[in-house]
Amino acid sequence: MEYPIGLSIIELKKRAYMARKHIIKMIYLAGSGHPGGSLSAIDILVALYYNFLRHRSDEPDWNERDRFILSKGHICPALYTVLAMTGYFPVEELKTFRKIDSNLQGHPHMLKTAGIEVSSGSLGQGLSIANGIAMSLKYDKNSAYVYCMVGDGEMDEGQIWEAISTAGHYKLDNVIMIVDFNGLQIDGKVDEVKNKNPLKKRLESFNWEVIEIAGHNLKEIIDGFKKVNSVKNKPVAIIAKTIKGKGISFMENKVQWHGRAPNEEEFKKAMAELESGEEHLDAI
Amino acid sequence: MVKVYGEIPTRFGYGDGLVELGKKDERIFVLSADLTSSTCSDRFQKSFPDRFIEMGIAEQDMLGTAAGLALSGKIPFVSTYSVFVTGRAFDQIRTTICYANLNVKIGGAHGGISVGPDGATHQALEDIALMRVLPNMKVIVPADYWETKKATMLAPYIDGPVFIRFGREKVPVITKENDHFDFGKGIILKEGKDIAIIANGLMVHQALFAVEILQKKGIFATVINLHTVKPLDKEMILDIAKLTNGIVTAEEHQIYGGLGSAVAEFLSQNYPIPIKIIGIKDRFGESGKPKELLEKFGLTADHIVRECLKVMEMKNGK
Repeated sequence: MEYPIGLSIIELKKRAYMARKHIIKMIYLAGSGHPGGSLSAIDILVALYYNFLRHRSDEPDWNERDRFILSKGHICPALYTVLAMTGYFPVEELKTFRKIDSNLQGHPHMLKTAGIEVSSGSLGQGLSIANGIAMSLKYDKNSAYVYCMVGDGEMDEGQIWEAISTAGHYKLDNVIMIVDFNGLQIDGKVDEVKNKNPLKKRLESFNWEVIEIAGHNLKEIIDGFKKVNSVKNKPVAIIAKTIKGKGISFMENKVQWHGRAPNEEEFKKAMAELESGEEHLDAI
Repeated sequence: MVKVYGEIPTRFGYGDGLVELGKKDERIFVLSADLTSSTCSDRFQKSFPDRFIEMGIAEQDMLGTAAGLALSGKIPFVSTYSVFVTGRAFDQIRTTICYANLNVKIGGAHGGISVGPDGATHQALEDIALMRVLPNMKVIVPADYWETKKATMLAPYIDGPVFIRFGREKVPVITKENDHFDFGKGIILKEGKDIAIIANGLMVHQALFAVEILQKKGIFATVINLHTVKPLDKEMILDIAKLTNGIVTAEEHQIYGGLGSAVAEFLSQNYPIPIKIIGIKDRFGESGKPKELLEKFGLTADHIVRECLKVMEMKNGK
C-alpha cells in the first residue's frame, strides 16, 4: 500500500489509540522495553507514516520513498507498531518483540525487519546517517526527504552536534530532524542532567530552520509537517514538546517508565485507560 | 638479493587507487576528516569534486555519513589516520556499519610506529585488533605501493565493510604492477622447509632481508605475505605449518590482537606448533625517526632472525 493517505484528525487519533495499545501490549508480553519514549513519540509517528511520509509498505526499498531514521532506537515499539499498522508485516508479529528468533529485536535491526532503514540503538548516530542519505539523494537528483527522530536526552551525544553542523553547512534542505522533547532521560530531568535550552536558538545558529510544535496535538503536528517543504537551503528541525509516557496516567512524566515493562495489574489498568479514551473518541 | 623497485609511501597507492576507481565507477565517494592531502585523498578530490565530501575534524559524523551513502547505493571510502578512525569512531563502525554489513570502506592512513616524530598519539598500534574483532569486517594490511593500490581497487567489490591499513613513510616496493593480489589469499614470497615467517605491511620486506641472513646460517625459511588478516588464509597457514613446524609472525602493531594473534588462535586449535609473535610489546610508541623507532621497538630483519632462531630451538626441543 502507498502512503501518505491524508487521514482526518479523528482517524489519526483513533490510530494513535490503537498504536498505544499495541505498544503497551508488546512491552508487557516481552517483559521489558521502553514505554516512556515510545508513548511520547507515537502521535508524531502516526501522523508521519499515514499523512506525510511517501512510502510503500509492500515495496520497502522503493527508490522514491522518503526515509525515516529512528536515531533513538530504544523506542522501536512505536516504530514497529506503525510499520505493522501500515502493512510492512502482520500486526500479530508484534507479540514476538524481544523474543528469541524474532524479527523484532530489542533495538531496530535493518537486516531483520521490513521498513527499518538502519540499525540503531547506540545513541547519537542517526542524524549523520540521515545526512549521508540526503547527500546521496541530492547527488541522484531524487526529491525524497529524510526524516530523523532524535531524543532531547540523546542530544547529550557530541556526534549529534557534529551532524547538526554538517547539515547546516551543506544546506541539506531534504533533512528533517524531529526532536522528541519529552524532558526526561534515565538519570532525571534533561534540564538537570544536561540542559539543551535554548534549543531553538542553538539550532538556528547552526543554520537550521526551527519549527516548534506541541507533540501530542495532531493539528499542530500536521501544521508543522506541512511547513517543511517550503524551507529551502536549510535543514529543518521540528522541536516537538512531548510528555514521556503520554496517554497512560501513571506513566506520564515518570522517569522510571523510561525502560520498564508494566506488570499484569499495570497492564490491565493501562489498557483500560486507553479503551475508555477510545470510546470517548467514538462518541464524538 | 631482495629485489626492491624503489621506495614509495603506501598511502600513494591508496590515493592513486581511489582515482582509478573514480574513473570507472560512479558510485565511489570519498570522505575526509581534514586530512585530505596527507591521506592522498586530494588526488580523488581534484578529479571528482562532486563525489568528495569534506567532513571536517569529525570522525564519528564521517562514519555515519558514509553509512548513509552506503545505504543509498554509493560506495564510500572514509580517509583519515588509522588511530582516529578505528578508535574515535569504533562504535559507529561497530553498530551502524558492521552490524548491518554496510558497504563502507575505511582507509586507515599513518598506521604503525613508522609514523615517526608525531609520537604515540598518532601511531596506530591497536587498529588491526579493533577492526579484526568485529563481525563482517574485513582487514587488509598491504606491503607496498602496488599492493595498497590493488587493495583499494578491490575493496568496493568485496561485500560489506573493509578496512585497509597503510603507512605514511616511504617503504621499499617489493611487488610489481602485474603481480597477483587476491583478497584473502596469502602470497608465498620465499620457500624454505625449516621455518616460516608470516608478515604484513612493511614487515614483509624486513622478512625478506631476514631470510638472507638465515640462509647464511644454513636455515631455509618460507616467507608469507599475509596481507589479508581477516578472513585468514587458513589453508595456506595450515599447509605451511605442516611443512615447517615453526612460525614467526611480524607486524607493525601490538603483539596482542593482530596478525600474530590471528595465526596463533588458528594454529593453537588446529595444529599447535612453536610460534613467536613480533610486534610492539604492549606499550605506547614515541617520537623519533621511523627507522630509529623500528630499530628501538624491534621491528627489523635482525630481530626476526633472533626470533626465528628461538623457534628453531623450541622446535628441536631445546
